[in-house]
Amino acid sequence: MTTPALRLDTLSKTFPLGRSLFGPERPGVRAVHPITLDVMPGETLGIVGESGCGKSTLARMLVGLIPPTTGTIEIEGAALDNADPAVFGKRIQYVFQDPISSLNPRKTIRQIMEAPLKLLHGMDRAARTTRIAEIFETVSLRADFLDRYPHEFSGGQAQRIGIARALAAEARILILDEPVSALDVSVQAQVLNLLADLKARLGLTYLFISHDLAVVEAVSDRIAVLYFGSVVELGRAEDVFRTPRHPYTKLLADSAPVVGRPLRAPEGAETELPDPLNPPEGCAFRARCPRATDLCRKLVPTLAPADAGHSVACHNPLGG
Amino acid sequence: MRSLALLARNRLALGGLIVMGLVVFLALLTPALPLKPPNITDTSNRFLPPFSQGAILGTDHLGRDLLSRLMWGTRLSLAVGFAAALIAATIGAAIGIVAGYYGGRTDNVIMRGVDMLMAFPYILLALAIVAALGPGLINALVAVAAVNIPFFARNIRGITVGIAHKEFVDAARLSGMSDARIILTEILPNVIPVIVIAMSTTVGWMILETAGLSFLGLGSQPPVADLGSMLGEARAALITNPHTSIVPGLMILVIVMAINLLGDGIRDALDPRLKSGALNRPLPATLVAPSRQPAAQHADAILTLDNLQTQFHVKDRVYRAVGGVSLSVKPGECLGIIGESGSGKSVTALSVMGLVASPPGIITGGSVHYQGEDLVGAPYRRLRTLRGREVAYIFQDPQATLHPLYRVGDQLIEAITAHRPLSRDEGRRKAIDLLDAVRIPNASARVNDYPHEMSGGMRQRVGIAMALANDPEVIIADEPTTALDVTVQAQILSLLDDLRRERGLAIVFITHDFGVVGQLCDRVAVMYAGRIVEQGPTRAILDAPRHPYTARLMACVPELGGGKRRLDAIPGLPPAVDDLPPGCAFAPRCDRATETCRTGEIPLDKVGDRALRCLHPVTMTEAVS
Repeated sequence: MTTPALRLDTLSKTFPLGRSLFGPERPGVRAVHPITLDVMPGETLGIVGESGCGKSTLARMLVGLIPPTTGTIEIEGAALDNADPAVFGKRIQYVFQDPISSLNPRKTIRQIMEAPLKLLHGMDRAARTTRIAEIFETVSLRADFLDRYPHEFSGGQAQRIGIARALAAEARILILDEPVSALDVSVQAQVLNLLADLKARLGLTYLFISHDLAVVEAVSDRIAVLYFGSVVELGRAEDVFRTPRHPYTKLLADSAPVVGRPLRAPEGAETELPDPLNPPEGCAFRARCPRATDLCRKLVPTLAPADAGHSVACHNPLGG
Repeated sequence: MRSLALLARNRLALGGLIVMGLVVFLALLTPALPLKPPNITDTSNRFLPPFSQGAILGTDHLGRDLLSRLMWGTRLSLAVGFAAALIAATIGAAIGIVAGYYGGRTDNVIMRGVDMLMAFPYILLALAIVAALGPGLINALVAVAAVNIPFFARNIRGITVGIAHKEFVDAARLSGMSDARIILTEILPNVIPVIVIAMSTTVGWMILETAGLSFLGLGSQPPVADLGSMLGEARAALITNPHTSIVPGLMILVIVMAINLLGDGIRDALDPRLKSGALNRPLPATLVAPSRQPAAQHADAILTLDNLQTQFHVKDRVYRAVGGVSLSVKPGECLGIIGESGSGKSVTALSVMGLVASPPGIITGGSVHYQGEDLVGAPYRRLRTLRGREVAYIFQDPQATLHPLYRVGDQLIEAITAHRPLSRDEGRRKAIDLLDAVRIPNASARVNDYPHEMSGGMRQRVGIAMALANDPEVIIADEPTTALDVTVQAQILSLLDDLRRERGLAIVFITHDFGVVGQLCDRVAVMYAGRIVEQGPTRAILDAPRHPYTARLMACVPELGGGKRRLDAIPGLPPAVDDLPPGCAFAPRCDRATETCRTGEIPLDKVGDRALRCLHPVTMTEAVS
């Protein structure tokens, strides 16, 4: 059995609310409920969920930008409990959603590219220049971009630069946080294809986070569906939306606009997410769920295997 | 360089710059000028009036030459003022950056300390500092700098908090940068413009404060003079020999005026919001070029656009955002406009009611007929009665279009009363009806909500309710679901679909999503670089696109249920609309393009109910396979 590239063990995050002046300590907001997950080397794990489901918090924990409340992260078998981003940086890197705002407007692309090479790998000037040329070649960027400033680039070019920076750290795992959602559709496909090429060529492992179901399905080997901070379904990409087992996954799949499917609201008007300050007891989805029973009100369902390679956190999963 | 040009365009600031430059130049030159020594007393010649022999500005109560004292005093005052500003800015900015960057407890402790400093009246604080340190110019400088530190600290902290949460700071951290390095190389370059702005607007104030302390005898000590102590010494002779006070007084006035005018100019030139022209008030309706050729009107459609052309004139560049668009929509029909960003779809929509910001926008050609009336060039009063009542808009981001400080009910009532008078009770009833119509549960309670109390989907429903408020005939929806989650999007789309069937609304729906178009729209127009490249019934176009752009755009969008696969990307980027290639704008990215595609005008050919702008269209057999 191979060691997973990335292993999350009961990783969770609770944001403290602080205390009011005289009142008791308040419980805090649970952004991510304990998640246990393995990502295999060379795999792309897609994570989908709607706004507020905790996917960005999860991603930022994985690269050490925020410390987890509980749980551990293991990279290639070695535990990473060190909250120093420079240590994380060499093993796991991050590609940001907004390509322009992830580049410092007052630095040239060369200065941005040199930082990880100099600080993470201690390269001298000559080595850095060669390496940058190599990376730019890999992501098909022209070398004359190096002396320009970020505002001179289109979204697609800036996202390539963001990917190039992540590659410069030589991490083998990339967290891609909505890497194409700020891009135009015709450019989106270019970047997705580039990511696929890089993965094949450099043997990378991806965690691909997106709200766009079709995009996630097109790039992922496996997909985890996140709802209210918990993984509610995990399975092979081709199965998750074709034969969803969790009612929420089915709702997502039915809501996605598909040419030729008649237009109808897949559920009633009230689709508010539960209030994170006052989380419901039992299953977080039960208020919206057509299959909810008494059990769902009392007991939080846990992620359990439904059939081969497909897990679901539901007391009454849809037929398999 | 651009900032300098902007500064020079501001007449007052330029005047300030010239005066200030002159004063600084003379102050620097003072030691080399043939002036009398400033501190030599000559009591036989005391209180000589101005223009006396050997003393152009006269002499003071000890017979010292006023001109010489003025020059040396100005030199001293300027030096102390600038030094104080520099010290206050450096220390204040350092405090602000540390507090803003680290946040949490560090921020709390530092900023409460700063708040305590600010709780004292500044002059009292300065007096206390001088009293503790003893009088003297250096101590006055320290006092003035100290009382101004809080101003810089608070200002810079606010800016730093914003920058410290930007993604590029996270990225720098992942590149292995330490906190100190991030502060120096990532944060500091981005706050320096703010520091410069704050300094330029306060240095005049600091010169005044130093003069104030010297006037009270706490600053420069005799015989050395700065402008403040000159005023202080002349106080006793204010009535008998006013020139001794007027001379230094006028100099203070000139310096502070010049610095303040210059400071305002610097602020205007450096502030990014002002630079982008965000504070320019646009005209109430888009400008129309006098050379515009109106088009003839058409029957049966409720809204018709004919060869509409909208451009943006920025400096010497012309952006052809909309390059001749013809569209029409019938009652009860939904027309989709699909395109990428920069394709001109939103500008087309805004041009209909003259909502494109002018300047820089200008409608240079074509017509927009609403029920037979040409709206382009219609007087503003006419447009205002039609806006919202006949043609209403729904925008992408309801968070930005709803006023955060008013209850949604009041905003709905306001939308109605803009067109007809309504009593308070009637208005409230109508607002509740509207919220019911867009299926907001418990409408009678939620009518009292503020926008921030609602979810994104609910806010967009309010946006739709507002568009419906005056029973318009046409609704133009500009990416109304792009900011929403899929489950909410599905509800909003089905709501719009129901509304147009119930009320016979004509909808123009702008989007970049083929799935949405396929589900909602009867007809669709595909836009590229400001022009329509293909138009026709939605099903026909989605089943068999003829224009290579449509076909390839559809191919590069993954569709749910397709499994893991490689997408057929379109190479290259859309052209910039200020530099369009001749011929077909898509030719540089098109694999079917030939030489003829790159020359001349390619017309939009109508065949049956479809229209196509292409010389080498995808054939029917290719398209279907």
